[in-house]
Amino acid sequence: MPNRALLLKLLSAVILFGAWEIAGRVPVSFAFPTFLESMSALLAMTLDGSIFEAYAETLKPLAIGVAISAVLGIAIGLWVGLSNTFDWLFSPIFIVMQAAPLAALIPLLVLAYGIGLTSKVLVVCIMAMPVIVLNTSGAVRNTPESFKEMGRSFLASETAIILRIVIPAASPVIFAGLRLGISAGFIGAILSELKITPTGVGDIITYSRSIADYPSMYAAIFSIILLAVLFLNLLEKVETTLFKGNQRDYVSN
Amino acid sequence: MSQTKETITPAASTSFESAVSARNISKNYGDVEALRNMSLEFPRGQLTSLLGPSGCGKTTLLKIIAGLLKPTSGEVEVNGKKVTGPGPDRAFVFQDFALLPWATVLRNVAFGLEMRGVATSEREARAEKYIKEVGLAGFENAYPHELSGGMRQRVGLARALAVDAQVLLMDEPFSAVDEQTRRKFQEDLLQLVQNENKTFIFVTHSIEEAVYVSDQIAILLPRPSRVSEIIRPSNFRSKGVDNIRRDPEYLDIVDEIWASLRTYVE
Repeated sequence: MPNRALLLKLLSAVILFGAWEIAGRVPVSFAFPTFLESMSALLAMTLDGSIFEAYAETLKPLAIGVAISAVLGIAIGLWVGLSNTFDWLFSPIFIVMQAAPLAALIPLLVLAYGIGLTSKVLVVCIMAMPVIVLNTSGAVRNTPESFKEMGRSFLASETAIILRIVIPAASPVIFAGLRLGISAGFIGAILSELKITPTGVGDIITYSRSIADYPSMYAAIFSIILLAVLFLNLLEKVETTLFKGNQRDYVSN
Repeated sequence: MSQTKETITPAASTSFESAVSARNISKNYGDVEALRNMSLEFPRGQLTSLLGPSGCGKTTLLKIIAGLLKPTSGEVEVNGKKVTGPGPDRAFVFQDFALLPWATVLRNVAFGLEMRGVATSEREARAEKYIKEVGLAGFENAYPHELSGGMRQRVGLARALAVDAQVLLMDEPFSAVDEQTRRKFQEDLLQLVQNENKTFIFVTHSIEEAVYVSDQIAILLPRPSRVSEIIRPSNFRSKGVDNIRRDPEYLDIVDEIWASLRTYVE
């Protein structure tokens, strides 16, 4: 029954939002609005278009940062995974990047790159790239030796082994890294708007908090989570169709 | 080789032509000596087993013949040509099947042809032919995880047959399948050796299996690894697959091999 999964998803959403509604009505805190209040604030922001203006601003560093992290992250990850030298050279950088307390380093970035787009893109990249690089390189390095041996014994060239064996074998873990990295990128985008200059969604959050308009603040937070979830679902679809597509393509042509 | 002692039918061993010759092969992994000065001839069109206790270097020797490993010294010749790496004259069947899990049976079988640059339609036609030949017709579009262990090894075998190499290298190909499937495989292998004009090199740790399928059995002993004996069973296999396992010669050879191996098994 394929609808069972959908039903369970809806049920879990109802339980979550119900709990939110109840917690808001108790209230847990004077600064915690109910679910319905937040949704009507979101509706109001949608109707007057302010949420779209905010996203036009927020999506710039987010999209650029995520695109750079995905492309460069996978490329560096492949490189690091395939060569021991580059493993020694690059792995420590990304491990440090991943462990670094980013919020504390933002003032340094601002000093170096100003308060503009560059700094924000960098924050997104620092959040998103390490996990993409580390997952990719780990997956590449763990390609089963017998697959590569099989490739060589059937006369595959080095390039063919990378393209036809190493990358497909690593792709589930690469995609897992992409999902983690992109969610971290969303966090980075909001973080940069809260810590560098308040623009876009970060501005809505900061401003509504300062005037105690908590429903709007939570509506903005809710919207960014929703966007992230939708995007990750899309990525999952891409992953499955990409693989099924390859197979179907091969069989039919 | 002075260390090689020939038994059973020494006369028969002089009349064959070698498809593969291994000459004075040594292989060291750091300080560990895996093979020392090993020489062995593999007669054309026949099946030679490499049999021995674990650690005797039989898989190492097979991979050196395949060109997947470089010997520290010595050389391998296939049809008179020195082996410098994997080549189109040899195909490998892996112990763990080594099937690509994201590819269908058809794609897996066609992999070797694809790497040789054979056009799509032709390689699919050839792959389909060999899929049928190993008894997997109807499973062309299945994925490896949907198949049983025995069926997976049939895919591995079809992949090796599809590239039409003269020498088939099999690394304990039946060790990961269940006993009944293994017996069926052994019978099929005899058929294959008879029908295909190929040279088979077969690594196994099962004495019965080696005696059952081989034209020539090379007994390898460890520490240091060497060929201790070459056994060429006479033609009890011509009496039909059903009679092999109760043939007196079959039973004698099994016992003899066990007698010479038992001291090396702790």
